[in-house]
Amino acid sequence: MKTNKSLLGSIVQNVLLVIYAVFALFPLIWMVILTFKPDAEIYTTTFVFHPTLNNYRVVLFETDYLRYLRDSLIVSAGAVAVSVLAGVPAAYALARYNFKKKEDIAFQILSFKFAPEILVVLPLFMIFQKLHIYDSYFGLIWVYQLISMPLLIWVVRGYFEDISVEIEHAAEVDGYSWYQIFFKMLLPLIKPGLVSAALLAFIFAWNSFTFPLILAGTNVQPITVAITKFLGTGSAHYGQLAVAATLSALPAIVFALCIQKHLVRGLSFGAVKG
Amino acid sequence: MKEQKTNSAAASELNVVPFKTRVRPYLIVAPALIITIGIMIPFVMSIYFSLTSYSFRMPVYKFVGLNNWVTTLQSSTFWQALWVTVRYAFFSTVIEMLLGLGVAMMLNNLNNKFSKILRVALIFPLMVAPITATIIWQLMLNNSVGIVEKFLNIFGVYNFPWAAGASTAMLTVVMIDVWINTSFCMLLVLAGLQSLPKSPFESAKIDGGSPWFNFVNLTLPMLKPSLYIALLFRLMAALQEYAVIFGLTKGGPGNTLMNLSLTAYQTGFHFQKFGAALPYILVLWLFINLVAKQIVKRQRAAQRQALGLEE
Repeated sequence: MKTNKSLLGSIVQNVLLVIYAVFALFPLIWMVILTFKPDAEIYTTTFVFHPTLNNYRVVLFETDYLRYLRDSLIVSAGAVAVSVLAGVPAAYALARYNFKKKEDIAFQILSFKFAPEILVVLPLFMIFQKLHIYDSYFGLIWVYQLISMPLLIWVVRGYFEDISVEIEHAAEVDGYSWYQIFFKMLLPLIKPGLVSAALLAFIFAWNSFTFPLILAGTNVQPITVAITKFLGTGSAHYGQLAVAATLSALPAIVFALCIQKHLVRGLSFGAVKG
Repeated sequence: MKEQKTNSAAASELNVVPFKTRVRPYLIVAPALIITIGIMIPFVMSIYFSLTSYSFRMPVYKFVGLNNWVTTLQSSTFWQALWVTVRYAFFSTVIEMLLGLGVAMMLNNLNNKFSKILRVALIFPLMVAPITATIIWQLMLNNSVGIVEKFLNIFGVYNFPWAAGASTAMLTVVMIDVWINTSFCMLLVLAGLQSLPKSPFESAKIDGGSPWFNFVNLTLPMLKPSLYIALLFRLMAALQEYAVIFGLTKGGPGNTLMNLSLTAYQTGFHFQKFGAALPYILVLWLFINLVAKQIVKRQRAAQRQALGLEE
């Protein structure tokens, strides 16, 4: 009797999970299907059609799509690089030293994550134009620090805290200098955490929309902003729109697969150690 | 060979200056802080500019005191935007939390091959840019090429308005938000579930409590810290949502989806009233801060309580 009940329970749970999985994954599958649909069949067919690569050809070679991808890459990678260079030492200091206002500084950095993007961006629009960094790689990389820096510092700080201080003391007693300890011992130990935090920061920067929408113009056009142009043309090339969406989502999904194990910790800024 | 080399290098540096000096930590933190604070200076300025008639078009502006604030707080646009903001945040967060909790519990219970594959696959929507997710859903819901329309036709429903209808627009954006972010809650809850200590559950088994009793009295209190973290991140993001609504309808039809972020953007850029746009967003910022403080306080209390339960 009891086994019957638990069998029924697991069937119900499996069915519910299938329903949710369809809701979560079918839109992505549908998007990929559309990329292979020729324009002529887009209105008349559902799953059976004559697949074509024409949409890919048009998007990649007859539009500026590759340029948008390049801009996204430069800005996101640049933002992560700056955050790693400035953020990893800061994370170390916040993990290891006791100094006045330490927690205040840490929370100050975290609070940038929760500042409404529009609030930051409205005055920046004015200042960026005065400084002539509006619509430039430099400007975007700078403002993207609000996305990547808090993430990197908070997550990496947690990984540093996981390393016992004893090891460091032992190395110090053995006569290793601080940079030997840092580069030869600590960095290799936190490397998986650092790499995953950096990749997650890259994904967030890559996906960012509000900042480039307002602070970028015609010179620098990350893909998230440029993709809306494929929407607005009105000529209803849905296949091409689907290609643009698919290709822009691909890097983020691939990176996410690489860092699966560290994802929870990164997403929660180190608050949940998954 | 290599080992020897590092040993001798270490020996020569035995007498280095003491590592810990008082200013060093500040110096190490400084670059990161300067880079981020530099970008926040405009925020402080925005408080000042909210007291002026600044506009991107006009070269001169004057101090107008609390004029912008009074006009904004008296306008129906503001209260409508606040109402949209709160409703959007409430519905999307509640659904995402409940659904995320449910899916995580089921994945944790089943622990079969299917659930292991899902654990990986379900993170895909979360990794797609929100603006891209919106486009994907537009392709789904489109009345001429969308698959959802074809599916609804089977049930005799034709041309469901979705984002175009005044009464269905909110439903549509919340659905897209739920599609994107449920897996965030799911991941956090799942991690929480897997780190639960075994012993309280074993003693509960001996006591023979019902599954529901155990869920309410054991699982839930111990999960609370993770749940609050998920709530904090989701609510903060939902209160300032921009990309999904902008991508779907730019706030329309009419002003049904104009939340505080979108109204500020529209007032500042389209109507060129920069000073007048700022009160919207400063109120939002204040609101977000108050809510965040409350959640953080509760999260800490829940953490202490959960630690007590473990012992």
